[in-house]
Formats: sequence, C-alpha cells, structure tokens
Amino acid sequence: MANDPIHQFRLHDLLGPINVGGYDISFTNSALFMGIIVVTITAILYFAARQNALVPGRLQSVGEMWYELVDNMVKNVLGEEGKAFFPLVFSLFSFVLVANMLGMFPYFFTVTSHVIVTVSLALFVVGLVVVVGITKHGLGWFKLFVPHGVPIGIAPFISLIEIISFLSRPISLGLRLFGNMLAGHIVLKVFAGFVVTLSALGLGGILGAIAPLAMAVALTALEFLVAFLQAFVFAILTCVYLDDALHPSH
Amino acid sequence: MDPAAAKLIGAGIACIGMGGAGIGVGHIFGNYLAGALRNPAAAGSQFTNALIGAALAEGLGIFSLVIALLLLFVA
Repeated sequence: MANDPIHQFRLHDLLGPINVGGYDISFTNSALFMGIIVVTITAILYFAARQNALVPGRLQSVGEMWYELVDNMVKNVLGEEGKAFFPLVFSLFSFVLVANMLGMFPYFFTVTSHVIVTVSLALFVVGLVVVVGITKHGLGWFKLFVPHGVPIGIAPFISLIEIISFLSRPISLGLRLFGNMLAGHIVLKVFAGFVVTLSALGLGGILGAIAPLAMAVALTALEFLVAFLQAFVFAILTCVYLDDALHPSH
Repeated sequence: MDPAAAKLIGAGIACIGMGGAGIGVGHIFGNYLAGALRNPAAAGSQFTNALIGAALAEGLGIFSLVIALLLLFVA
C-alpha cells in the first residue's frame, strides 16, 4: 500500500545481511541514523564551543542553552553530588532530542520510534540506579522499598506495591518515548494520507483536502513540541530515578 | 465472532483508556495554571513538577495505545 502509515518504521538492510555468530548485525537505516545523530550532536556542540566568545553568537547561544538546561535539571533534582551523572543525563537528553528532531524531517527515520531502542535506554538507566544504589548504600538501599512511618501490618503490601512500581519503571520510561513518537508519526501520516486520497477525487476533493492539510501543518508544529518535551521528560525522569539511588530514604 | 473483527473491536476498546489519560493530563495542567495564577512567583519553580506529572499520566494512556497497536499489527 502506497500510503501505509506503518511503512515509515520499516527497517532495511543497507549493506545486505551480515551475520556474526548467529546474531544479525546488519547495517540498517536505524543504525545509519544513530550514526547521523551522534555526528550531528558532536558537530553542533563542537562548532558552538569553538568560538568561545564573551558575547555568544547564535550557535554558541544554542550550545549554552542546551548545556544549561541539563545542568539546571541535574542540579535541581540531584543536588551537588549529582554532578557525576551530568555527562550521562546530557548524553541521554541529546541523543533522544536529536533523534526526535531528525525524525521530523520528511523521509528521515525516527530511531526512537522503535521500542527496542527506547526500552534499552530505559533498562540501562534503571539498571544503573540499582548498581549505584547498592554501591553507595550497600544493602541499606533496599529501604527504598519500605517507606518511613508505614504501620508494620501493611508494610509488606506497601513494599510489594513499591517493588512492582520500581520494576515497571523501565517499561513505562521506554514505552512513553516510543509511544509518543510512534503515535505522533502515525497521526501525521494518516492526515497526509487524507490529503492524497481526497485530492484524487477531483476539484471538490482538492477543496476538501485543505482542512486535513491545515491539520497536518498544525500537527507538525505539535510534533516538534512533543519531540522536545519527550526528550526533556526522559532526561528529568532519569534524574528522578537516579535520585532514588543517591537518597533512598523518602 | 470473526477473530479479525474481535481484534478490531478490542483495539477500539483499548483506546478508551487514552481518554482517561487525557482527563489526567488536563487535570494536572489545569490545576497547575490555577495555582500559577494565584501565586505567579512560585509558578516557574513548579513547571518541571507539572511536566513530570503530565508525563506519568500520559504514559498510562500510551500503554493503552500500545495495546491497541499490538492488537492491530502484531497479535
């Protein structure tokens, strides 16, 4: 089908299939775009930091705002001892932001619209929370699952709920980003499909296609907002979860 | 019932959950705005909290969307 809204998410082998030890490690369009993302981030930040002027130009302002946004986020949520996690949060934020933004270009592939990418990032974050928590606090870190001031009778049930909510974090963190990008791009393609189908019907159809075209333009603007917002939300939830590793008693 | 039809009906029913997420997100931003108009000085510092709450509420709606998509394209 020509205007199948799911077609944009299909993976292609760009260099033909490559198999190593039973694992398919073919170079796909997803891998290509991950490379492009890394190159884009590096190029923007390199050229932004190169001038090093006292009064920043446009590109340098972008770089400084980008850095300060994440710096403030880490400082506000994690405090001073969270400084060690700044590079991680900055990398995650930059990767997700540039992946979402590049995905908004026509014919570009959205890396974050694949659940394997987003859930891998989320599993890494939650795994890191466990590792950091246990190295910092030892077994006392498990007090996270027993909140203060809970009567002893209902403590087991509360702990059970806390454990389930902790274990569902990688799923919710990954699926949120994945679902937002997937749903947004499907909606865009569905409205673009309306334009094509209607305008094939003749003059009346072309006049009728103005409404979905206007809607597609408005949705594109909304998707840019969502692309930024989801990257921001992913980074800030990473900070909130890492805060549990640093300060488990709440 | 025809299994294909049941799948489509199930996908439609799963999308009802997104309405709940819509109510939740509206509630959060509505209350944020109400609070921000009462005390504009404190609004800036709480915007991040509003976003976290909206993201958590929205995530639940996304789950039901994922179920609908699973029914449509995977199951």
